[in-house]
Amino acid sequence: MLSTATLTKARKRLLQMHFESGVGHLGGNLSCLDSLLILYHEYLGQDDRFVLSKGHSAGSLYIVLWSLGVLDDKSIKSFHHDGTLLAGHPPQKTIPGIDFATGSLGHGLSLASGVAKSNMLNKNSNKVYCLLSDGEWQEGSTWEALIFLSHHKLNNMVVLVDHNGLQGFGSTHDVASMNPLHKKLEGFNVDLSVIDGHDLMQIRSALSKKTEKCHIIIMNTIKGHGVSFMENQMQSHYLPLNKKQYLLAVKEIETG
Amino acid sequence: MREELCKALLTRSENPNMIFLTGDLGFMALEELEKKMGPRFINAGISEQNMMSVAAAMAYEKLEPWVYSIAPFCYARPFEQIRNDVAFHNVPVKIIGNGGGYGYGVMGPSHHAIEDYGILLTLPHLRVIVPAFNEDVCPAINAAGDLDCPVYLRLGRGENEDYNPPPYSPWRKITDGNGRVVISIGPIAGSIIKPLLLLPFNIRPQLWIVSELPIEYNLPPRELMDSIISIRKVTVIEEHVSHGGLGSIFAQFLLKKNVNIDQYDHCYAIAHHFSTYGSQTFMRKQSGLDVDTLLGKII
Repeated sequence: MLSTATLTKARKRLLQMHFESGVGHLGGNLSCLDSLLILYHEYLGQDDRFVLSKGHSAGSLYIVLWSLGVLDDKSIKSFHHDGTLLAGHPPQKTIPGIDFATGSLGHGLSLASGVAKSNMLNKNSNKVYCLLSDGEWQEGSTWEALIFLSHHKLNNMVVLVDHNGLQGFGSTHDVASMNPLHKKLEGFNVDLSVIDGHDLMQIRSALSKKTEKCHIIIMNTIKGHGVSFMENQMQSHYLPLNKKQYLLAVKEIETG
Repeated sequence: MREELCKALLTRSENPNMIFLTGDLGFMALEELEKKMGPRFINAGISEQNMMSVAAAMAYEKLEPWVYSIAPFCYARPFEQIRNDVAFHNVPVKIIGNGGGYGYGVMGPSHHAIEDYGILLTLPHLRVIVPAFNEDVCPAINAAGDLDCPVYLRLGRGENEDYNPPPYSPWRKITDGNGRVVISIGPIAGSIIKPLLLLPFNIRPQLWIVSELPIEYNLPPRELMDSIISIRKVTVIEEHVSHGGLGSIFAQFLLKKNVNIDQYDHCYAIAHHFSTYGSQTFMRKQSGLDVDTLLGKII
């Protein structure tokens, strides 16, 4: 089971990686890091696959792989630098544990559906997990994928939605509201859960749930979670931390 | 070529890993395939973007997915899915576009595919196969299926009535003569074979058909290059826009090889829109790709 110490260590390493590389996009990484850590440490099997549809949260994925020993400190230090394998969005075929390169929103759910359908046709019991952003539901292809996975009853698939409520240039509600999202999804042939995406027990409970259909877990999360001056701030989508902010953020993470 | 396509896919489907995905196309054409393949035949619905990414993932999982639709619906609509999920990952998805060129005639420009292989050849790993005759479809399907990379097949309608073509090959010499060298791609070549065969040898063009691009994987045969060097007059015919088409590709090839010639002509699809609409034959005439105009340019 994922320990609190590992969780704190991962949060701090994420901040350090972004600070040292001068890279923003921290807000959407902090909103999904908790669920990704639990998924990888406690649920993802050897032959299961994970698709990061919200590719701009690559930082979280790299840190999760670092926490599992797949990536080392040298690799993490190269994040965003020339010659790195750790690009701003997940690369293809170069890092164990990353199957699909993503970055353009609206691709991941279809890729995951293709894996799930393949598993069904191959009659194996492997599962596929996919993490989407909430803004990503503005992409038409995401709905095409939803129609497909629902129609084909892909019950070997779990979809996590990082519902942090903020997107590139405003709140999801102000830009193109689909609130409440779960109401829009209820009409499809899927099982739905709505949880607090920072409550570790709720995440575990949702991921443990046995369902007959594809399980979509809408995680209500906070952009910039754990760092008070970043929480629910648009700036946390883009801007890197300065030294003072970084030290303050680390202190807040350490003190919980 | 749809009848030949179904037969070829029926044979190909003996491979238990083969998956066929259609974007809701195939009525009165692919029912037998559907019946034979059972759950491995997937009507993915009118959602080509999803279909392409699903196919990419299936290829990643070592299945052999084939994606089928009217040509522009399977390369233009899901272009980013082909680019990011298929080509960037270099997964062997086979994309079959029906009605290449002006094949859908009076249905209008939305259904035409006259920029397809030019666009797709800008992507890494992607190979293009264009059968010229109905007899090519089965070997073309097998050639595509055996390649461990993404492939786009442009299908049309065979136009070689009463003409028995040589066996499928990336390059084929169709007619011999002392006239200019003509290089063509796709079924349009079939429209001029019979008139060319009626010409005396001393003025008859030497017609070659290429069926696989990029040509770097299948270089022009020595005999063709010798003919170009000695005859020094070349015409390229294709039902595709000029930009990015075979005409540009082959001209660049000749330049890179330092082959000096006296004349290089290009007959191509001039436009998506004309003032009126019509059949494939009509649309070709608007572009100067009808038989009479072509013969006037190459004889």
